[in-house]
Amino acid sequence: MADTHEIKAVLAGFGGQGILFAGKLLAYFGLLDEKEVSWLPSYGPAMRGGTCNCSVTVSDKPVGSPLITEPNVLFVMNTPSYDKFIATVEAGGTAFIDETLVSAENIRGDIKSFFVPATALATEHGLKGAANIILLGKFLKEVPFTSKDTVRKALEKNTPAKKPQMFESNLKAFDIGYNFI
Amino acid sequence: MSERVLMKGNEALAEAAISAGCKCFFGYPITPQTEISAYLSKRLPKVGGVFLQAESEIAAINMVYGCAGTGTRCMTSSSSPGISLKSEGLSYIAGADLPCVVINVQRGGPGLGGIQPSQADYWQATRALGHGDFHVIVLAPSTVQEMADLVTRAFDLADEYRMPVMLLADGLLGQMMEPVVFKKREENGKSFDKSWAANGHGGKRKHNIINSLYLEATELEEKIHERFKRYDEIKAKHTMAESYMTDDADVIIAAYGSTARLARTAAEKARSLGIKAGVFRPITLYPFPVNELREATKTAKRVLVCEMSMGQMVDDVRLALECKIPVDFFGRTGGIIPKPEEILEKLKGV
Repeated sequence: MADTHEIKAVLAGFGGQGILFAGKLLAYFGLLDEKEVSWLPSYGPAMRGGTCNCSVTVSDKPVGSPLITEPNVLFVMNTPSYDKFIATVEAGGTAFIDETLVSAENIRGDIKSFFVPATALATEHGLKGAANIILLGKFLKEVPFTSKDTVRKALEKNTPAKKPQMFESNLKAFDIGYNFI
Repeated sequence: MSERVLMKGNEALAEAAISAGCKCFFGYPITPQTEISAYLSKRLPKVGGVFLQAESEIAAINMVYGCAGTGTRCMTSSSSPGISLKSEGLSYIAGADLPCVVINVQRGGPGLGGIQPSQADYWQATRALGHGDFHVIVLAPSTVQEMADLVTRAFDLADEYRMPVMLLADGLLGQMMEPVVFKKREENGKSFDKSWAANGHGGKRKHNIINSLYLEATELEEKIHERFKRYDEIKAKHTMAESYMTDDADVIIAAYGSTARLARTAAEKARSLGIKAGVFRPITLYPFPVNELREATKTAKRVLVCEMSMGQMVDDVRLALECKIPVDFFGRTGGIIPKPEEILEKLKGV
């Protein structure tokens, strides 16, 4: 399991999958738990449909480099991102992989990989677009660096005022991932 | 408001500018600073301010020139290529002794360059922001919190010394989110003399003139001397720097802005390997914190300057140390962010 004192996460996938949002939620957990956090997105001319990633650090100490080149947690939602980042994960780290969208050929033996059919689960439960939160649920189950109460508060704070129903569906998605075996 | 909030550097800067009393913003979009404009376009009109997207960077800086002449707190922001376009206007504003705040969220250059983070505009900011004998104060934030804190400081310094103040950030600081606390502005904060402002008086006094043209050479020389006296006062009173683990250090990494964060990580790693490393971070780039650097390098045998450029601040470090301590340089450029491991490798070789 990753060191729960310092999360150095890289989240990656296609634009539109909620990669940056999932990263922002991670940072929010740290914020609410009074930890030091940083969130750094990739930014460039290609967004929707292109690949996108972000680096999130949650730590007890002030964050030095916000750019993470050797993550201890990888969170991937497409094959190109898996291929690009899987080799960068620290030995002993963990990877959370959307099995529906990633065909992983190279499975590393020195890290722990969790395959979750997040996109299929989202469709099955009528939670289209919440695969990112399902994967986040599994992440928090395996790397328990915050409390369920914090998760609830973070989801609440990040629910747009015009879409209050998002809170319940995100919470549901989180639980699906959390309870996925 | 003393709550910790999670915000992008660009947005935190924009929010802090409003609480610092910025009433007018003139800008033109360019990556990676557009969130400043976007944020102010939503918020400024709601607090009685003016947000105006100009037709170009040149128009925006000239709007600042006009607005600053009325004594109103105002700001413009851009990224590297856009700052080059503002250079004529900035020279005029400096020549007319007007206060304003200018933000540069640097990206790779020259030319249109790239949109990734860079620190290649150090020379431009500290030496040649426009033609003529002048300086602007240059402040370099290193965290999202400092993006907010230093913009407040920038407005105060601009008003106190009647000159432009530049915040020199980069794409990394602009785009990243970190917790930030907005300090409440003291209600009885400093008030500044604005009796020079051309803001309409109904014929009750002699009119003020805002101008940068002095055809009489003796008059212009006198004006410039007066301005440089102010720079001397700023040098004596307002240099800022941060020293980290420098007390017993054998080697000091000198870096500003986001590179200083990477240097910090590198220095911590070096310490765990038994290398006595420390970090010196200038916060004011003009004036350069010469005395602070000399103090921080008292025990140092070597200095390694790190920048996201081919080496620009390294000149100021060498000038300040007067060749008494060997100075090396490591940099990445074109939008590449150096890795702390790369800095560490260089440190081992120094």
